[in-house]
Amino acid sequence: MAKGYKYFEAVEKHAGKLAILTAIMVSIGGLAEITPLFVEAHRITAAENVKPYDALRLAGKDIYVREGCYVCHTQMIRSLRAETQRYGAYSVSSESVYDRPHQWGSKRTGPDLARLGGKYSDEWQRLHLLDPRSVVPQSNMPGYPWLADEPIDSDDIVARMRGLKRLGDPYTDDDIAAAPAALEGKTAMDALIAYLQGLGLPPQTAEEPT
Amino acid sequence: MPQNETYNDQVVRLFLLAAAVWGVIGMSIGVFVAAQLAWPALNFETSWLTFSRLRPDHTFGVIFAFGGSALMGTCYYVAQRTGHTRLALPRLANFTFWSWQLVCILAMVTMPLGITQSKEYAEPEWLIDLLVAVVWVSFGVVFFATLARRRIKHIYVANWYYGAFIIAVALLHIVNNIVLPISLTKSYPVYSGTVDAMVQWWYGHNAVAFFLTAGFLGMMYYFVPRQAQQPLWSYRFSIVNFWALISVYMWAGSHHLMYTALPDWVQSVGMAFSIVLLMPSWGSAANGLLTFNGAWRRVASDPAAKFMVIALVFYAAATTEGSLMAVKTVNSLSHYTDWTVAHVHSGAIGWVAMITIGSLYAMAPRALGRPAMHSKRGMEWHFWLHVTGLVMYVASMWTAGVTEGLMWRATDANGVLIYPFIDSLMAVRPFYLIRFFGGLLIVAGMVVMAWNLWHTAAHARAHLIKPIPVPIPEPEPQQTPAPVPARA
Repeated sequence: MAKGYKYFEAVEKHAGKLAILTAIMVSIGGLAEITPLFVEAHRITAAENVKPYDALRLAGKDIYVREGCYVCHTQMIRSLRAETQRYGAYSVSSESVYDRPHQWGSKRTGPDLARLGGKYSDEWQRLHLLDPRSVVPQSNMPGYPWLADEPIDSDDIVARMRGLKRLGDPYTDDDIAAAPAALEGKTAMDALIAYLQGLGLPPQTAEEPT
Repeated sequence: MPQNETYNDQVVRLFLLAAAVWGVIGMSIGVFVAAQLAWPALNFETSWLTFSRLRPDHTFGVIFAFGGSALMGTCYYVAQRTGHTRLALPRLANFTFWSWQLVCILAMVTMPLGITQSKEYAEPEWLIDLLVAVVWVSFGVVFFATLARRRIKHIYVANWYYGAFIIAVALLHIVNNIVLPISLTKSYPVYSGTVDAMVQWWYGHNAVAFFLTAGFLGMMYYFVPRQAQQPLWSYRFSIVNFWALISVYMWAGSHHLMYTALPDWVQSVGMAFSIVLLMPSWGSAANGLLTFNGAWRRVASDPAAKFMVIALVFYAAATTEGSLMAVKTVNSLSHYTDWTVAHVHSGAIGWVAMITIGSLYAMAPRALGRPAMHSKRGMEWHFWLHVTGLVMYVASMWTAGVTEGLMWRATDANGVLIYPFIDSLMAVRPFYLIRFFGGLLIVAGMVVMAWNLWHTAAHARAHLIKPIPVPIPEPEPQQTPAPVPARA
């Protein structure tokens, strides 16, 4: 028996020591990689033109999350030439600071959506969500017709904005107070389209003189 | 010390039943969502039947309901056998069974209703997550309490893997699911954007590492020598691989985020550790396969051993592929395509499902008080249905994935992209059909297994079986038997 065996024997015959050593060994990797990101996260501030979602877009983002769109669509343009050619400028950290959870995705059964905003008209988006094959005959995306009749619960969205404020997103009391009016008469479909039309688009672009 | 102690196989039998049922359910949902990708009309314009809501049901059903039940059942079986002791805390053990089934049912019902965190492989909302944490801690308590009352001083390596699986999954689950609840059905993660992505894939990758690898390696290290009827090829090698596996795996999660907005250094570290990971992965696979050395004839006549051997081959193959896909150059082609789907399924259908099925076939007759499974021909049928389906699935998705990867990056002489996105979807649709039929074969095999188990369990249902006595070893000179007080 090797000389060092007695040290190992102590682990091998003692469940508590084994458990503690295992816990230490599995923790090192995660700590090493995630701790620096936490530290750095405080330095990643939103890009100047990236604002927290307004009430309607927040409702839309949560519909996107609820329906599980991330299963087939990414929102992460990688820094590869073929990607930037197809989808636009590559995605950067400061763009997703208000995404809880992140919507980077892992699979593209459909195309990336990080810079979808403004690519199609609202009406196209509506038809496409109701019945994708009415505008893209070869598509295998499911339709989401129930969204058209689903009202938005403004109390719920107000509660969500308050929650996000507690988590550090810079909503003002005025933003939150204005939410019910902005959501008046809107459906889940309206909200989702507002969210999709805002993807990758700085909010003030429309007003900028060119 | 009582000389008439028996093994507690009641809870093992319950988990065995649950694993068979969830296996059929989880994989059937998989076949259904595969069909939806080929024929989108199958979404029926109904919210809870829609692909994007049902796919998490498939992954949860297979990983946590089927895999989780099989892992907990075999863990209780193995801890008793390797420790020569009865399971500790029988009521808590029963609680882990019923509450885990409750977790699975709640999760599988709420997710299609749109109550979801939409964090991949951690979709259930915060209330269910809390229940998962309670069950998991209870599971750990039963396991370690059983270890504490073992009569064999030395802890057999299978228990090391089960122990690491329990500890690491608890850690991953808790860290990844820290959220601020807004209502009973909605919460926001405390992490956002890049940090959330890193935490999510640290979790996602290590769920693969500790749920789908370490846990099932625990199964492998007990049932493979048992079925080969000879000791492990190298015990020391299994220990070296254990420490290497658990310490290296945790570093590799960032390989899910290559070329993204994650800082470059984290991507490179993830890639490097993914390559290092080849060693413990091959080590465990080789150790398992070499255990059959000199007993290969048994493999030809024993379907359970056949499942185990092919499982180990697929474990070696899938981990090699995984390390390869973690290389940035390969990842730039493979990521976001169906190649990832092929890789996951060669691991899940090839390694995880096959080692589970092999172990269930090895364990079931013993736990059910029978000399053998009801039908050996049924096991042979299951084996060939499963392997044929597996090859159809994996080969079709590999082809689809490489096709997509190449079409997305193809440019003409002027550097202009050749294919619109929809062309790549059209190109892979025939492969979606092949995948669907492969999946059908796999589910058919699972139905055969369920039928076979049902008949094997006939005696157990009629309460004709007798509990198996624990073989109580002679106390060794320096051994202090646990529990300690041996004075009376």
